Amino acid sequence: MSIGTDTGTDADAGAVTGGEGSDTDDAEVSRQWTARLRRSAESAFPPERLLPDKQPAFMASWIYIFGVLTLVSLFWVIVTGCVLALKGPSWWHQSSSGLFVNSLHLWSVEAFFFFMVIHLWGKFFMAAWRGHRRLTWATGVISFVVSVASAFTGYLSQQNFDSQWISTQAKDGINATGAGAYWNVLNFGQMLMWHIVLLPIGVVIIAGLHILMVRRRGIVPPFEEPARAHAEVPASATVAAEPSE
Amino acid sequence: MLLGALLAALINLNGSGHYLHWGFIQISAANLTVILLMIVVFVLALLLPFPRRKGRNE
Repeated sequence: MSIGTDTGTDADAGAVTGGEGSDTDDAEVSRQWTARLRRSAESAFPPERLLPDKQPAFMASWIYIFGVLTLVSLFWVIVTGCVLALKGPSWWHQSSSGLFVNSLHLWSVEAFFFFMVIHLWGKFFMAAWRGHRRLTWATGVISFVVSVASAFTGYLSQQNFDSQWISTQAKDGINATGAGAYWNVLNFGQMLMWHIVLLPIGVVIIAGLHILMVRRRGIVPPFEEPARAHAEVPASATVAAEPSE
Repeated sequence: MLLGALLAALINLNGSGHYLHWGFIQISAANLTVILLMIVVFVLALLLPFPRRKGRNE
């Protein structure tokens, strides 16, 4: 961080710099990691690309809605999970409202995987890694795998005979990989913490990166439009029409 | 038999699971139902026309 000798403010420079030799200070400021990160972020994600109000015409297809349906399902998974965490196991096992929210949590997860798998099929057959979208595809794959682990630890956290049966069945498989020494599916406390802290954070972060990559590269065009498939600019910059709402 | 098992799984999700066997393949009727539903929704998403606002430029 560069701090100058005078007390004046220089909002344009983004930092307090000295009167004399300010060119040198500006150059120093421009090399700082905060400035470089800011310039890089502004270049990769200008506001019109981060929150576009138009999309290319080929997006007007039902196959493009499953990604956002997956996100909506994830939102409800997190909301209902937070309610369950607030109220505790006796509430979700014994009260009718707790059972209802518990069911909402389960069916949100079912919807999440239902839509995510269809999203995966659609993107696979579109070869959605085309046009420098490898990271978009990779983050989607990783988020899928982490989601499977999240759901699995959720089954282990039910505190019923079902979770006991699943954990005792799973332990041999996990132990066979060697991971059982560090990741013990019979350890309820460990599995619960993974389910409500570590894995949800992982899913949200990776899903966020996935969305950022979609914003960065745009949605993948169909095969019929090869010119757009190799476009470097985001799809939102080649607007033809908005999809209907 | 298969249809009956599928309908039973659709109607009663609170009982013991129904499983289908085909050689070395074993799958619960509930899981098979979900997979078939996903395939149906996927095909419909490809085939059904997406609604557009009237008067908007294509």
